[in-house]
Amino acid sequence: MPVESLFPRLEPLLPAVSKPIQYVGGELNSSVKDWDAPAGEQMVRWCLMYPDAYEVGLPNQGVMILYEVLNERPGVLAERTYSVWPDMAAKMRAAGVPQFSIDGHRPVRAFDVLGVSFSTELGYTNLLEALDLAGIPLHAADRTLEDPIVLAGGHAAFNPEPIADFVDAAVLGDGEQAVLEMTEVVRAWKAEGRPGGRDEVLLRLARTGGVYVPRFYDVSYLPDGRIGRVAPNRPDVPFRVHKRTVMDLDEWPYPKQPLVPLAETVHERMSVEIFRGCTRGCRFCQAGMITRPVRERSITGIGEMVDAGLKASGYEEVGLLSLSSADHSEIGEVAKGLADRYEGTNTSLSLPSTRVDAFNIDLAQELSRNGRRSGLTFAPEGGSERLRAVINKMVSKQDLIDTVTTAYGAGWRQVKLYFMCGLPTETDEDVLEIAEMAREVIVAGRKASGTRDIRCTVSIGGFVPKPHTPFQWAAQLDPETTDRRLRLLRDAIRADKSTAKAIGYRYHDGKPGIVEGLLSRGDRRVGRVIERVWRDGGRFDGWSEHFSYERWTTAAAEQLAPFGVDLDWYTTRERDELEVLPWDHLDSGLDKEWLWADWQDALAEQELDDCRWTPCYDCGVCPQMGTEIQIGPTGKTLLPLTVV
Amino acid sequence: MARQPDGPPPPPTVLRVRVRYTKRGRLRFTSHRDIARAFERALRRARVPMAYSAGFSPHPKISWVGAAPTGVASEAEYVELGLAERVGLEQLRADLDESLPTGIDVVEVVEAPAGTSLPDRVQASHWTVRLPGVDPAAADRAVAAFLGQDSVVVERLTKNGMRPLDARAAVVRMSAGTSPTGAAAPGDDRPCATLDLVVRHLTPAVRPDDVLSGLRSVADLVPPVPPEATRLAQGPLLESGEVGDPLAPDRAPLEASVGGTRQDAGLVPDRPAAGATPSG
Repeated sequence: MPVESLFPRLEPLLPAVSKPIQYVGGELNSSVKDWDAPAGEQMVRWCLMYPDAYEVGLPNQGVMILYEVLNERPGVLAERTYSVWPDMAAKMRAAGVPQFSIDGHRPVRAFDVLGVSFSTELGYTNLLEALDLAGIPLHAADRTLEDPIVLAGGHAAFNPEPIADFVDAAVLGDGEQAVLEMTEVVRAWKAEGRPGGRDEVLLRLARTGGVYVPRFYDVSYLPDGRIGRVAPNRPDVPFRVHKRTVMDLDEWPYPKQPLVPLAETVHERMSVEIFRGCTRGCRFCQAGMITRPVRERSITGIGEMVDAGLKASGYEEVGLLSLSSADHSEIGEVAKGLADRYEGTNTSLSLPSTRVDAFNIDLAQELSRNGRRSGLTFAPEGGSERLRAVINKMVSKQDLIDTVTTAYGAGWRQVKLYFMCGLPTETDEDVLEIAEMAREVIVAGRKASGTRDIRCTVSIGGFVPKPHTPFQWAAQLDPETTDRRLRLLRDAIRADKSTAKAIGYRYHDGKPGIVEGLLSRGDRRVGRVIERVWRDGGRFDGWSEHFSYERWTTAAAEQLAPFGVDLDWYTTRERDELEVLPWDHLDSGLDKEWLWADWQDALAEQELDDCRWTPCYDCGVCPQMGTEIQIGPTGKTLLPLTVV
Repeated sequence: MARQPDGPPPPPTVLRVRVRYTKRGRLRFTSHRDIARAFERALRRARVPMAYSAGFSPHPKISWVGAAPTGVASEAEYVELGLAERVGLEQLRADLDESLPTGIDVVEVVEAPAGTSLPDRVQASHWTVRLPGVDPAAADRAVAAFLGQDSVVVERLTKNGMRPLDARAAVVRMSAGTSPTGAAAPGDDRPCATLDLVVRHLTPAVRPDDVLSGLRSVADLVPPVPPEATRLAQGPLLESGEVGDPLAPDRAPLEASVGGTRQDAGLVPDRPAAGATPSG
């Protein structure tokens, strides 16, 4: 059954919307496969969505990787869709044009699977908007064989309970193998003539143990509002669903052909993931907890990806991505090898530099040898020595001063420092120490550089406790106190006239963080709040110009009252050890006992080393998931590229 | 003192070329910034030996000439490139065309003689505008009313709010006609008028949109669906009121002396890029 392109109906809408090119598709290295497989074969069709604007979603590595992994295989096609801006949504509704894929401009509803990648919970209202525009019933329970399986992935999928009513399934962890295995389950079910309808295909997926299907789990609540029990309601559906982990990144060199958009996006560069996972053990960091263990791409694998990607894309900047790129076991050799290879080609290399030590400056020098030099960024995260012990961010103030002194001495003029406000046990004094640190940075920097023309920017946002971290039990700081501390810090920075002008101050107020906190640690009851907010016009909640705190607080008060809970109950309430958490049946590999012990260590200001270089401390991931740390050094080097 | 990059300065420009390219079909929805980025990346993929500016933030030497607005198609856009090595012009054209997305098609590449300025030669544009759903007779009446005025002030939304400009003053000539297909679109039997007009490049620039606003204000001509404008040519404004070929003086002297003025040469829409060679 052919599916017609919606483009002829879409085209007349484009002249009057902002940035129309974002809806046109046709990016370099994108593909539009035939909708139908050859006779006798069964096509499985994925629509991959990043639930934010095209300019944010297009560079997303997760979507780009899965798009290519799926499209490389015969018998499966993948197209992409992104959130349309409100001006476009209004025109689409008026003209009766449904949510479409930007590759083939096919209706999203016509696909077998709609896979949505959630990097942040603030995309949930955009999911509802896309479903509504697509003509797909909002509630999974109301969908028919005419609707795709709506699947959630990405980091937020480690607690998909707040969107349990709206998604049919969720996958935890790395998607590369998971999407291929799901494809085969769907293909077999379609080839058999779709026996048992949606229920049957979801049951088959759930029984693989790697796909969470919320409808097959019942949640009961205690009289005080806490969860009593979460248990499967079907035979052979596992009590716990496990995350997926890809081993040997060299076997998965994606994206091989990076998508290059015509439209401007938030990352105008090519990215190569140099390792996955992080065991630094920062206690606030969900990404570091849920992506264990560390798996490095080899130096030669990195070299091949950079070479192939630059040829295929024409980008002039390569980002070496990971959660802490300077921790790659051969990062020095990688930086030198790449800088040598691209000498004289105006190709710049960058890595998100967050580690505070002088080695990082050498690396930054090496990487900026052939191209543009931007500022340096460090993330001490906590203002005081004590607080950094609580969060396990092992860096002293002296380390920081020494590092930035080296940077200013080496010619850098701009250093950014990232912090969080509202960390567990934090006091006003902890936050005020940030001002002192910034002041000392400027004084030392002026001395080292011999000029007053240097700057330091302090950037600070509110901390949001996340599932599957040692802080999952912590009370989130109320937004009033967060905002008060942020003002105190601003005043303290301004108080010293000799340095005030050299210190930039950027902060995010505490209100969006509270909504993110509700959505992060929420349970199924929070779904009603999300739906209410969407019905009141909530969209693009990650964008300050679209976010309305009042819309969320009003909806939360109204929708949660019947359950005897409220916004504070989900956010500023500390949980105790025995409470059943909404995500306890979702297995990130971390032992809950270990997480609790690490939480107690945090309160005792006890630090914990990285298991890459010290003995295993039994977080539980490797034995539970059957995985292992994969790091170098390989001892190999990058040879010069042969001239073509 | 400002920090200086280590090492020798970048190689100088040894070849300056002028490129004519198109913005066809869906690619008309690109903005000028989109086109600029696409060119930079395409040049790198095609391994064109670009000359770069000096300093810590070296940029390839690319100069843009009169870019068409977002949503407007063009058969005649121009850009100048500075190269650090001499290359074959036809090879450069073919490589760059291959590297750019279909729709941004490279029609011609010529060498730019020293001391000549392309922007100085670009004085006017020849536009065609499809008006799906508009009766050609109504379009004709609107054109007559518009041309009968000395001045037609319209407003355009700019970064600084609504700004008035005279759409009439820039229009050298304009006529209405019927689309060759007669109908608005396949499967849409409504009539389709066209406009053919030459517009002088003034400051602020008058775009086809502004002329359409003028037709609305003088004759209530309101197209039911968005019109589609295409630039057919831009170049010197000839005494005849037509638009000349801005690259004509740059072609081989023999051809220039034999061919004389090449009005609207190679400006048939949808003409395949491969067929558009300098000898035309």
